[in-house]
Amino acid sequence: MSLDLNDVRVTLDGRTILTDIDLVLERGRFAGLVGPNGAGKTTLLRVLAALVAPTQGHVTLEGQALSGMTRDARARRIAALFQGGGVGWPMTVREIVALGRLPHRRAFAGFSEADEAAVARAMARTDVGHLAGRTEPTLSSDERMRALLARALAVEAEWLLVDEPITALDPAHQLDVMALLRAASRDGTGVVAVLHDLALAARFCDRVGVLSGGRLVADGRPEEALTDALLAQVFGVTAERGEAADGTRYILPWARSGSNEETSDGAITPS
Amino acid sequence: MNAPVRTIASPAARLLGTPSARRVVIAVLGLAALALTLASVAIGYAPFDVPAAFADLVAGRTTLPAMVLWELRVPRALLGGLVGFSLGLTGAAMQGYLRNPLADPGILGISSAAALGAVLVFYGGLAASLSLALPLGGIAGAGVAALLLNALAARGSSTLGLILAGVGLSSLAGALTALALNLSPNPYAALEIVFWLMGSLADRSLDHVVLCLPLMVIGWGLMLSIGSALDALTLGEDTAASLGVGLVSVRLRLVTGAALAVGSGVAVSGAIGFVGLVVPHLMRPLVGARPGAGLLPSGLAGAVLVLAADIGVRLLATRPELKLGVVTALVGAPFLIVLLLRNRGGRA
Repeated sequence: MSLDLNDVRVTLDGRTILTDIDLVLERGRFAGLVGPNGAGKTTLLRVLAALVAPTQGHVTLEGQALSGMTRDARARRIAALFQGGGVGWPMTVREIVALGRLPHRRAFAGFSEADEAAVARAMARTDVGHLAGRTEPTLSSDERMRALLARALAVEAEWLLVDEPITALDPAHQLDVMALLRAASRDGTGVVAVLHDLALAARFCDRVGVLSGGRLVADGRPEEALTDALLAQVFGVTAERGEAADGTRYILPWARSGSNEETSDGAITPS
Repeated sequence: MNAPVRTIASPAARLLGTPSARRVVIAVLGLAALALTLASVAIGYAPFDVPAAFADLVAGRTTLPAMVLWELRVPRALLGGLVGFSLGLTGAAMQGYLRNPLADPGILGISSAAALGAVLVFYGGLAASLSLALPLGGIAGAGVAALLLNALAARGSSTLGLILAGVGLSSLAGALTALALNLSPNPYAALEIVFWLMGSLADRSLDHVVLCLPLMVIGWGLMLSIGSALDALTLGEDTAASLGVGLVSVRLRLVTGAALAVGSGVAVSGAIGFVGLVVPHLMRPLVGARPGAGLLPSGLAGAVLVLAADIGVRLLATRPELKLGVVTALVGAPFLIVLLLRNRGGRA
């Protein structure tokens, strides 16, 4: 029940984007990929979705090479939501969610009852049922994100890959989406999300992988992976840690760390 | 920032955009296209007894009315429908693929290349010796354009690369057409080329129909086959690929389909503008914004529009006859402006 990367290296136009990536992802878990801008997070997600073929190494799904599967078979097993889907046309939420059934439909076949049921389930899980007839341009950011997530869930794949799902949302809706992704993982889906918010990643993910300069520099339970040394070295920040009222541990990036060199472009140089 | 939700008033309005509304639209447009094809056969400059001519034709009598019917009116009506369908369908496919409401069938330079091919035939004087030389030149131009586009865009799978290649190709073909006009040996030849470029269905023969019909049908099939891929592409290229869409195959089918349909259309009729740009906008409120849902209705609406405009050209009876491409542009341009202004107000 795993998605494995073995010694993966990706080189695009002579530039190495990812190197020495060994990773075993498991279903039923929520994994967060974090790292500074340009660390290769999105590329790693694209490798997992088989949109980028590794220059070296290989990706296997339950022992089967991803590159050896047909596009449709892969699409039925790995659902992905990348950025840059502005939709563009005033399609209704229901039409958008229904796109998730494309990998299951045969050419020229209509929408089956199973498809209808999957769309209804996905819309219920993300709470967009009441928006079914609304068109995309009339949605707020969180409504749009939930509609797009419903589209991804409607595939009912074993794996769900999501690129920066909470970046544009307010705090309440960030919590909603993170809770939703964790709930999806508890239903047996393997969820992998690229995240920028370390605090939310630490709070919701079972596991956090840290990328820096194309390498996986840490991987494990959030408190194991996000050590003070790593936060300073990779992100250039120090963090406050503690225990919330409900007993969960939290990690909160708090201040810029490091030497004057690293902060020379910012105004907040430590005195 | 929530845009205001527009409440929908009547039950009829609530049906708009649903699959059943789409079926009704397709049926109505199909019947309208059929009726206009028949009307186009019946309407001409000279008073004409269509039933008598038809009886002569069926009986195999080669009377003058039978010949006019079979060799002038029927080809003109058929070509109106075929060219219109090609323009509407290609316009809808281009707007869907490029995710741009301002895309039209000519955006990739296929129309300009087809026009250039025909102009070169004019220029070389071949048009006089062989009646089909002109359309064959146009088709060759479109074919070269399709090969170039696929080669130029082959390195990546992005739509942006395709647009840039198309814009470059379009400018180049336009420049070469201007060069041919510039170097034209006499003003009459140049004038003839300019008039041809305006687009018309007058004086075409059944040979033209036979030449372009199979190419168009293959082109239509290729473009109709990418309907659900166009739907998926609304989510962006990466997400579409994750849904199993083969981006390279879709681009290949779109470019080849457009070259076959629009290339052969331009080759037989010259450039008929605005139909492919306007028609998808007209269909969207009726059949919904999903690109795949708009393909067939846009094709049928394109046929209706071109047939109607071509009938209009004959009813107006100006001397010289107004060129079809001039009429569609005259009607289409203001219409598009109104449509875009209204859309902007509604979407805010």
